[in-house]
Amino acid sequence: MTAPNPAAPRTLYDKIWDDHVVDTSDDGTCLLYIDRHLVHEVTSPQAFEGLRMSGRKVRAPEKTIAVPDHNVPTTEGRETHIDNEESRIQVNALDKNAREFGVVYYPVTDVRQGIVHIVGPEQGWTLPGMTVVCGDSHTATHGAFGSLAHGIGTSEVEHVLATQTLIQKKSKNMKVEITGKLLPGVTAKDITLAVIGEAGTAGGTGYVIEYCGEAIRDLSMEGRMTVCNMAIEGGARAGLIAPDEKTFAYCMGRPHAPKGAKWEAAVAYWKTLFTDEGAHFDKVITIKGEDIAPVVTWGTSPEDVLPISATVPFATDFQGGKVEAAQRSIDYMGLTPGMKLTDVKVDAVFIGSCTNGRIEDLRAAAAILKGKKLAPGVRGMVVPGSGLVRLQAEEEGLAQIFTDAGFEWRLAGCSMCLGMNPDQLAPGERCAATSNRNFEGRMGRGGRTHLMSPVMAAAAAITGHLTDIRDIMAETV
Amino acid sequence: MDKFTTITGIAAPMPLVNIDTDMIIPKQFLKTIKRSGLGVNLFDEMRYTPDGKEIPDFVLNQPAWRESQIIVAGDNFGCGSSREHAPWALLDFGIRSVISTSFADIFYNNCFKNGILPIVLPQEAVDHLMDDARKGANARITVDLENQTVTAADGTAFAFEVDAFKKHCLLNGLDDIGLTMEKVSAIDAFEKQNAAARPWA
Repeated sequence: MTAPNPAAPRTLYDKIWDDHVVDTSDDGTCLLYIDRHLVHEVTSPQAFEGLRMSGRKVRAPEKTIAVPDHNVPTTEGRETHIDNEESRIQVNALDKNAREFGVVYYPVTDVRQGIVHIVGPEQGWTLPGMTVVCGDSHTATHGAFGSLAHGIGTSEVEHVLATQTLIQKKSKNMKVEITGKLLPGVTAKDITLAVIGEAGTAGGTGYVIEYCGEAIRDLSMEGRMTVCNMAIEGGARAGLIAPDEKTFAYCMGRPHAPKGAKWEAAVAYWKTLFTDEGAHFDKVITIKGEDIAPVVTWGTSPEDVLPISATVPFATDFQGGKVEAAQRSIDYMGLTPGMKLTDVKVDAVFIGSCTNGRIEDLRAAAAILKGKKLAPGVRGMVVPGSGLVRLQAEEEGLAQIFTDAGFEWRLAGCSMCLGMNPDQLAPGERCAATSNRNFEGRMGRGGRTHLMSPVMAAAAAITGHLTDIRDIMAETV
Repeated sequence: MDKFTTITGIAAPMPLVNIDTDMIIPKQFLKTIKRSGLGVNLFDEMRYTPDGKEIPDFVLNQPAWRESQIIVAGDNFGCGSSREHAPWALLDFGIRSVISTSFADIFYNNCFKNGILPIVLPQEAVDHLMDDARKGANARITVDLENQTVTAADGTAFAFEVDAFKKHCLLNGLDDIGLTMEKVSAIDAFEKQNAAARPWA
């Protein structure tokens, strides 16, 4: 393989890739250096055990950050005891492995503990231009900083622990441009769901997506994290956004961000991280910001996206293998084709996850819920993305708004998003969720998940059915 | 890792599109700290009732497909989470190859680390093999990694693409950490240069 021509226009992905290639084989397979390796309790025990069995060490423990999140209960008392034996064993295994191998570690007793993809940026571990991996598909989140971030399996976790590299073939470049402005009530979550609805869950397979355009630039860093978080739901290896002044402002002063002269040098480098004029994209999707409505999912794939004003589709609206899948989804979700989405009643509301568990998400939901109550018979749960998000929300009075509305105010973790801890839906229970996957059984066997933004979830909490946030906003005004 | 050269076996037809990793191995089975023993829970919620009884309609519960070594699947197989428990469960059940029009990226990579060969073929080829799969033991499928072909029961052979390095590792059952360790001096050199160029990283 020939070396990249530095004069040829390159995409942001090309640049980050080029700066991390350790070795290139004749067939184009590369050894890519990994700047940050995030680790959680579910996908790492077998990897650490593999190291132990082969007598290997963690090559760069100072670049390896471990935090328990998937299994941990979100109720008080978890610091001293976890009821579920298997969960306890897994959390204890991470504790043992983190200490034995000397990696950076935020145990459950640490206020900084939280969902790995919220902790990384919050602590300044995630910085522009880095390669970031984790044994978790939502690692794509970190792409919001203009870093190349993606999920890996446990064998690759072991490979990165041992070598601080990953064996990779380069993906193709895809551009997703969101032009213009978003309309009121439309959020980062609606953008990312709309893109998946447009391209399908395999639309990004084989690509790294660069999100760009005015509507993306206008998003806060937290909004950008929401967009990149779900790149994997569109099948992409990673999603990223070029860093800008907002990115630098977000990073500045974080515990593990550079300081002084190193900061200046870092910013100078970060400013080179953009797609050159004329760089080649293998696929381009353009969506007008004003064409995006508040959306919800109706089925059991994230591509089953519709504007809230739509009706439940008929399986026959689809083609090929999707006809059977759509019918299965309609049956599983207990919906009637042709019914209005706004007539779908909910039993539960979940606000949290690595997609929408940050402070701005809680602020947005709380603004809708202030002075309101959960609809009769609806249960609500707010799970902050980290201990620090939780503290901040308490200081800002958001926690009080949620509890006054009748929500449970929980400790940080992944919680109901994947239901590995006790936070689960009952069979048939229907949930308005700010999380990222509506798969069958995802939030609990037989549970029914509708994905949406925090403000849409808050609206559903008040009315007891899927609701157009714009109607609630009109009432408030 | 087990080597993969050639297999001839029964294929299970699973034409559903977007079979995700939560279907392949639901989260309650991710609490293990081992790699083995997950086969009994493969496709758990499609395969068993909540009280643990087999659902007779599910393909792997039917006598014709209980010994399947191959799955012929609908589009985008393995989408969703990065859990390597999905290929661990497939392997533990006895599945050595999955054939579809497309796979999710992380799942696809994870298969190769565990001696499973995922094969991408065009829709017509998958349809042809799906018909074979529906016939169970009466239409065994042959997968040949060395020659990169899948051969249907009627002798029709379909060529498939596979990355040369992945093929090499799978054919020889190689541990790629060991291979990378041979390049440790290149990693050392990169780290040294990187510490100078990007000292914050």
